[in-house]
Amino acid sequence: MENLTKNDDQLVAGEKVAGGRMQRKSFLRYAGAGAAAIGMFAAAACSKHHDDASAGVDVGAGDIGVLNYAYALEQLEAAFYIQVVATPYTGMTSAELSAFTDIRDHEILHREFLKAALGTSAIQSLGVNFSSINFTDRTSVLTAAKAFEDTGVSAYNGAGYIITNPAYLTLAGKIVSVEARHAAFIRDTINYGSFADNTVVDATTALDLSRKPSQVLPIVAVYLTTNVTANQLP
Amino acid sequence: MNIFSIIEEIEKIDPEFQDRISPRRAAIRNITSFGSKVAMAALPFALGSLFEKAYGQTTVGDVNGTLNFALKLEYLEAAFYNTAINTSGLIPAADLAAFQTIAAHENAHVAFLKSVLSTNAVAQTTQGTNGTYDWTAGGTLPNYFATKDYATFLIVANAFEDTGVRAYKGQAPFIIGNQVVLTAALQIHSVEARHASHIRTIRRKLSSSGTTPKSWITGANDTGFAGVAANYAGEDNTMQGGVDLTTLTNPTTGAKFTTTALTEAFDEPLTYAQVLPLVTPFGVK
Repeated sequence: MENLTKNDDQLVAGEKVAGGRMQRKSFLRYAGAGAAAIGMFAAAACSKHHDDASAGVDVGAGDIGVLNYAYALEQLEAAFYIQVVATPYTGMTSAELSAFTDIRDHEILHREFLKAALGTSAIQSLGVNFSSINFTDRTSVLTAAKAFEDTGVSAYNGAGYIITNPAYLTLAGKIVSVEARHAAFIRDTINYGSFADNTVVDATTALDLSRKPSQVLPIVAVYLTTNVTANQLP
Repeated sequence: MNIFSIIEEIEKIDPEFQDRISPRRAAIRNITSFGSKVAMAALPFALGSLFEKAYGQTTVGDVNGTLNFALKLEYLEAAFYNTAINTSGLIPAADLAAFQTIAAHENAHVAFLKSVLSTNAVAQTTQGTNGTYDWTAGGTLPNYFATKDYATFLIVANAFEDTGVRAYKGQAPFIIGNQVVLTAALQIHSVEARHASHIRTIRRKLSSSGTTPKSWITGANDTGFAGVAANYAGEDNTMQGGVDLTTLTNPTTGAKFTTTALTEAFDEPLTYAQVLPLVTPFGVK
């Protein structure tokens, strides 16, 4: 019955979103339906292991799984830029500090938005470990920023097709293009003109990278003390 | 009223009906239980939604229609940048490599979309006047190629890229669930956003303030050119998925987010009906 109700809502949601009038209550209703669908694992991870970061968390299945996957990545990016702004690298210009503050706030907003939208379906706050990044060193910070942004873009690109609710797909689209703007900006800051070079954009098809959750999570695992899995996503 | 007899009738004349309403046929199967468990009074509304989903977007709404719309926009962009990089004296040497990269991407997007569409692809010669565009948009813009007016060219490029990002975003729901086609569209979408970011960076470097435009879109129309205001309509939105972002507190600062940040953090889609009038003056049909 959960799925049937959800299915009906999706059909109705399609037209509401097209008019930009989606209501909070209907948005949360999907989240509620999804919470029932993802089963016990997420709830168990939250309630029983909340203080044990090493125990890990699975993002769940279906649309809620994809949104929690995005929430995990946004948590990581936000934590990184909070640190970048809090402890600026040696020689950071005022223009760079301004841009990093902008990006920090964008990522925090993505995180807070997804948390609010997911409600009780949201995974826990993740533990981060940035010991591999030297925050006093410009090159170290920019290299990490580039990796976070390019990886984030490829993650959204690779997970979009899993989403079944048009409202969620549009929201993911609203976020990913901002991540791509960040990626290009960081790349131009490192090496002007490298905004879309052939390490991320295929030289023949001119398609950006796309990665599955199973490809993205190992890349970001080094920065997380919480073991994040996406075992229920394709 | 029997919803299944209606769907069967439609399928006789439109075999792809079920694919139109959902790329995943599982969705339609659920209607069996749906019909029996929901009050009959609710059915006309649900049925209306079903038909609107299938046919509401009359010009686009199927995969080929969506991809041909994308192809027309890529034709426009490719021709725009091909003209630019072949207009000597327009682009300063320092920026030429970037525009050669962007032009190569747009030409590759054209080739890619044509290969996917195969014989269903619209021909470039159907656009503009036998494939030639009016870069002044019917005289509303100066002839920046003829006068080698780099600043105006950059504004148009800025608007084209941001509009392209918005157009792809708006089309995504019409190819939802299609692993190959949607993923490719998203992969083009983010490349256009990278282009937009870089062109904004070029403009920022050339600006007197050195601070605007940012590489991301602030509010509605931050280009400094009123002529492209319609391309940015709605970018100042602060409601996302039913969440009023203005109510959120930034835990790091302890304050509400600035409106600037709220609008920058989310790019907004444009529908086919919104995009078409923006590109028709150049010759997109």
